Amino acid sequence: MARTPNHSLADLLAAKEMVVVCGSGGTGKTTVAAALGAQAAVNLGGRVLVLTVDPARRLATALGLGSFGNDVVRVPPEAFADAGVECRGELWVAMLDTKAGWDELIRRHAPDAALRDQVLANPLYRNITGRFVNSHDYIAMERLHDLHSSGDYDLVIIDTPPSRNALDLLDAPGRMKEFFGSRLLKWLTVPYRSRLFTMASKPFYQVADRVLGSRFLQDIAEFFILFQTMEAGFVARAAQVERLLTDDRTTFVVVSTLEAAPAREARFLAEELRRRRMPLGAIVLNRTLPAAVRQSAVAKASTALRDVAADTAQVRELAKASGAKPAEVKRVLGEVADRFRDVTVVAGREAERRAELSTAAPVTAVVPTMATDVHDLGTLLELGRHLSGNGSR
Amino acid sequence: MTAILDRQLLFVTGKGGVGKTTTAAALADLAAREGRRVLVCEMDAKGAIAAAFDLPRLQFEPTEVRPGLHAMAMNTEDSLREYLRVMARVPVVGRIGPLAHMFDFVADAAPGVKEILAIGKLCYEVRERHYDLVVVDAEASGHIVAQIDAPRAIRELVQVGPVRDQTEWMLRILADPARTGLVVVTTPEEMPVTETIELVAKVQATTEVDVAGVFVNRMLPEWFEGRDLEVFEGLRGPQAQALLAAALGPKVGVVFDAAALAQSRSGVANGFVERLRDELPKEVPLHVLPELFTKASGRRVVSLVADELQGALG
Repeated sequence: MARTPNHSLADLLAAKEMVVVCGSGGTGKTTVAAALGAQAAVNLGGRVLVLTVDPARRLATALGLGSFGNDVVRVPPEAFADAGVECRGELWVAMLDTKAGWDELIRRHAPDAALRDQVLANPLYRNITGRFVNSHDYIAMERLHDLHSSGDYDLVIIDTPPSRNALDLLDAPGRMKEFFGSRLLKWLTVPYRSRLFTMASKPFYQVADRVLGSRFLQDIAEFFILFQTMEAGFVARAAQVERLLTDDRTTFVVVSTLEAAPAREARFLAEELRRRRMPLGAIVLNRTLPAAVRQSAVAKASTALRDVAADTAQVRELAKASGAKPAEVKRVLGEVADRFRDVTVVAGREAERRAELSTAAPVTAVVPTMATDVHDLGTLLELGRHLSGNGSR
Repeated sequence: MTAILDRQLLFVTGKGGVGKTTTAAALADLAAREGRRVLVCEMDAKGAIAAAFDLPRLQFEPTEVRPGLHAMAMNTEDSLREYLRVMARVPVVGRIGPLAHMFDFVADAAPGVKEILAIGKLCYEVRERHYDLVVVDAEASGHIVAQIDAPRAIRELVQVGPVRDQTEWMLRILADPARTGLVVVTTPEEMPVTETIELVAKVQATTEVDVAGVFVNRMLPEWFEGRDLEVFEGLRGPQAQALLAAALGPKVGVVFDAAALAQSRSGVANGFVERLRDELPKEVPLHVLPELFTKASGRRVVSLVADELQGALG
């Protein structure tokens, strides 16, 4: 296999300025993004920012994040000391707030204060900020652009929103651009400006009127007319944000588990990234079983446990060594052997997906299932070590 | 309270990755096995329900998956066409693709427009009693309230007009706990459990849809309980491990490490089930479905989960 200059996730973090962490829901994206940030701050130094979407509460608390707001906060250096690690750099974290992000965009692009207030107060606007043109995805990319171009950080890592469709994220800036240029928008707004129906839009209005009612349609059109005043600013901005996704300084990290659906989605995402010339740097295979489980010597040992359980002398010795009754030892050994078969089934399933995914990205990082959830800086750093390829046992 | 499968319209939701689609397919499968006429509907055209039944793709027009079990995929164009024909009495001939596209576009700005077409179609199937049960592989937990609450949102946003009139009968169906229910699927992990608790509270506070049940999917078995756990820990001690390694080779340690890992994960999972028991309202039924240790996928998994559902629902 051809090697790229980045052999590991650690190399990738050292070489890039923006890391977009994506993948399907439930794969541990948020935790991986935070762990990459912690790892980079500790090992590479500099100012590292993790922009997260919806962290588990305990993780958010551990990082010092409140639940809302666009504020950027620093993870206190003492937290690293408490976790027994010296941190060379600074770790900063922020949450993505879609509503606040939209309001900021409107303030920036509105031609004047009156129009700005009109948009912000429009009932449709207040309703759409949560959903408009893949709103979360666009705002996420927008903030990445903002934070990177602020020049305040050496590395910005962004966790991406749970999308209905992974491609929404990649296409969000392009869609935003298209939205303003679309014929649809013109069709929708022209009749209300000129009070004249064009031939082209007539059938739509007839049907829309029957379904939606003309009053509602008019509200929608009025909103779009307001919105169109910001066209130039929005389009220029969306183009900048779009360029960021193919920038040399950006890399994508796809997170997946070794289950069927997330693995399928990860392969699809890898393929689509390549098609769009967006640089896929690494795939993280999260929550995997230890590789040793698949060794044939291990399988042999697990089946041979049954022979031990059937051997009275050996059971008696084990009972003495473990301080239990022979009957109990016999039962538990049998149970361990039985249940290990379940583990082997899962390991077999995982091996197949792993083979399928191993060639999809230049770097594949494999993270074992951890005994507990990741909810403080200590476990986050442990995850980070696994990610960069020197996990502790 | 009406048993889950005796309702007529079930929305199945859950955080991404918890097994929402498989559970929806299995609920439909089980209901059909018990002799009901069932329609299962996929809402986002991503083909997840199709994949669950090993079918290449689904259409708006239902496909019979097995006797009594039909599957369809929602789309704006066909639901708009049907809506126009049935509700607005506007017969539409030929292509309405561009028109539907326009609706998609308007729907970006006007919340509930697209949803109301989809929900309208589902409620229509219920009202006309074409099926005994309609199971919807609905939006993920982050978007489900917007989906099931669309008729109410529309009613509040639109003061007058035909859309508003249509919402009345839909709301009567949605708000009737004997007919409609929301099923929330979760896994015994922190984020999905937190989201489930928050979602149930939000649904109860802001919508009129009844929560028919919460399913904890992929529950890990507890390997050792009580005394057995002590014995297991004893066997992991250095003396016993030395004896085992002498008899079976050093790799036996891996087997015990894997067992300890599984035991620890199952303890964590148990804690989350307890949390659900504590924090969910008492009237919401909680069911636990085990992790399936199988290499199967698609149709076979749906059938296995349906077996488990049958046990869980008694």
